[in-house]
Amino acid sequence: MAINKEKAAGEKSSVLGKAITYIVLGLLAITIIIPVAWVFMASVKENSEFYGNPFALPKGIHWQNFVDAWTKANMGDYFMTSVMITAMALIILLIVALPAAYVLSRYTFRGSKLLNGGFMAGLFINVNYIVVPIFLMFVSGDRLLNKLFGKGFFLNNPFVVAVVLASTTLPFTIYLLSGYLATLPKAYEEAAYVDGAGYFTTMVRIILPMAKPSVVTVILFEFLSYWNEYIISMTMLTDPNGPRTLPVGLLNLMKAQNAKAEYGQMYAGLVLVMVPVLILYMCVQKKLTQGMTLGGLKG
Amino acid sequence: MQKNKGRSRFIAACVAPATILAFIFLVIPTINVFRMSLFRWGGYSPNQEFVGLSNFVTLFQDQNFYQSCRNTILLIVVVTAVTITFALLFAAILTREKIRGQNFFRIVFYIPNILSVVVISAIFSAIYDSKQGLLNSLLSLFRGDAEPIYWLGDQKLVIYSLAIAMVWQAIGYYMVMYMASMSAVSESLYESANLEGASKMTQFFQITLPLIWTNIRTTLTFFIISNINMSFLFVKAMTGGGPDGATEVFLSYMYKQAYTNSTYGYGMAIGVVVFSFSFALAAVVNRVTKREPLEM
Repeated sequence: MAINKEKAAGEKSSVLGKAITYIVLGLLAITIIIPVAWVFMASVKENSEFYGNPFALPKGIHWQNFVDAWTKANMGDYFMTSVMITAMALIILLIVALPAAYVLSRYTFRGSKLLNGGFMAGLFINVNYIVVPIFLMFVSGDRLLNKLFGKGFFLNNPFVVAVVLASTTLPFTIYLLSGYLATLPKAYEEAAYVDGAGYFTTMVRIILPMAKPSVVTVILFEFLSYWNEYIISMTMLTDPNGPRTLPVGLLNLMKAQNAKAEYGQMYAGLVLVMVPVLILYMCVQKKLTQGMTLGGLKG
Repeated sequence: MQKNKGRSRFIAACVAPATILAFIFLVIPTINVFRMSLFRWGGYSPNQEFVGLSNFVTLFQDQNFYQSCRNTILLIVVVTAVTITFALLFAAILTREKIRGQNFFRIVFYIPNILSVVVISAIFSAIYDSKQGLLNSLLSLFRGDAEPIYWLGDQKLVIYSLAIAMVWQAIGYYMVMYMASMSAVSESLYESANLEGASKMTQFFQITLPLIWTNIRTTLTFFIISNINMSFLFVKAMTGGGPDGATEVFLSYMYKQAYTNSTYGYGMAIGVVVFSFSFALAAVVNRVTKREPLEM
């Protein structure tokens, strides 16, 4: 009897516990969903609607915000620059990192230990520490080029930004790719050599196709970090009339927002930055959260 | 012999591009940080004057630097403690309890991590806005028409407003990370604990935490280092270090000195100190959290 009573009490408390659990989880979910949803709602509000209750639903769908953001606030140009820089940086990164990771993980040669150690150490160098020295390197490079050819090359150049982005993410990418490549059995290469395939053919035809899962992980991670990045592009793209990435353009709009009160445009711009990322996330969320544990840590 | 030559050539061709790029954009700038900390240089002018450790001497008398130091450490402690605690708790609930919609929660909690810091800053500016902000209008339901709270304007409050945004951003990432390692803990341990009548709390502290300790340790060290960087990104986008230096952190102060103020050598001296600080801190955390690894 006493045991039964205890059991019933236990069940009761577990029902209560479950309810509390759901409430806490639900509250946290709400604090994430509401602000993000609110930005989408705000992006179709008219400017006058921003004075008053911020939770009020939009009176109508004011698409003009997006048109204004795209044309008047130059978000269209910024969007294209962002797409270009992200794509170029990803291509450069893969072309450079894949062969390096392959050789570093599967060959021993003179200096291989040193190089492996060097790239590992590179994991600790955060780009925020070195962005100013890189910038000044470009300043003096441009000064020299200006003297010689009357034209600079390094600053205000999306391609250079892409190279910097790719280079500074090399250590992490090589770390992630080599970790995966090292697990593949050596027998594949031996069989290929016996069949008379060269080193290059073996790498491109045999090993790289097998590295696909880790390549997908790299693309996902680095797409997010390149697309969202703003410190490097803010520092390297200095010309106010020159190319600019979407986050930097937004940041400027936010700073100007107080003065000009163009709320609608700003939130439309925010939606433009978020949508590609959210779409990608919806498609690959499983892969992303699993890939994270495969690749270890990253900030 | 012929084969050997081909092998070296292939190796060189594969490794060279990565090595060269890393050398130009990682190694040289890092060396420059350390070298230039010994110079007085405006950055743009050609005059570089070797001044030895004088930048560091100035630095250790700079009140603004101490303020950025206090802010950074406060953010490290508060954000790390809150994020890791909640991430562990939610991860344990989502892996151990039979919760409906588990997947939904995992997906939602991870969203802030994929957004740009610029977007997050804009969202939180809208939340914290003193007049039309989401938070104040929600609070006015309870407080009536009291004086609005200046979440980003009050010098005492602003650093905590910043901390909340940082926790919001980081929590999902660490939660997913802990969920992965928690699901690797063998179910039989919990079953036998259940048979012996151990409560959920006891199971969490006696089984879950010790068994994923290695993972917690790594994330803790990592979190502290990344916190120094993240706080820079948030400050740069959200407050610009203001009001009146109340949110200035290590790297934002460095950036300001080196880039905006054109006291490049001085900025790099800050960089050197912060660099050493983060390494020392990581080493200390690593040492303090060391436990004998448990075998499952």
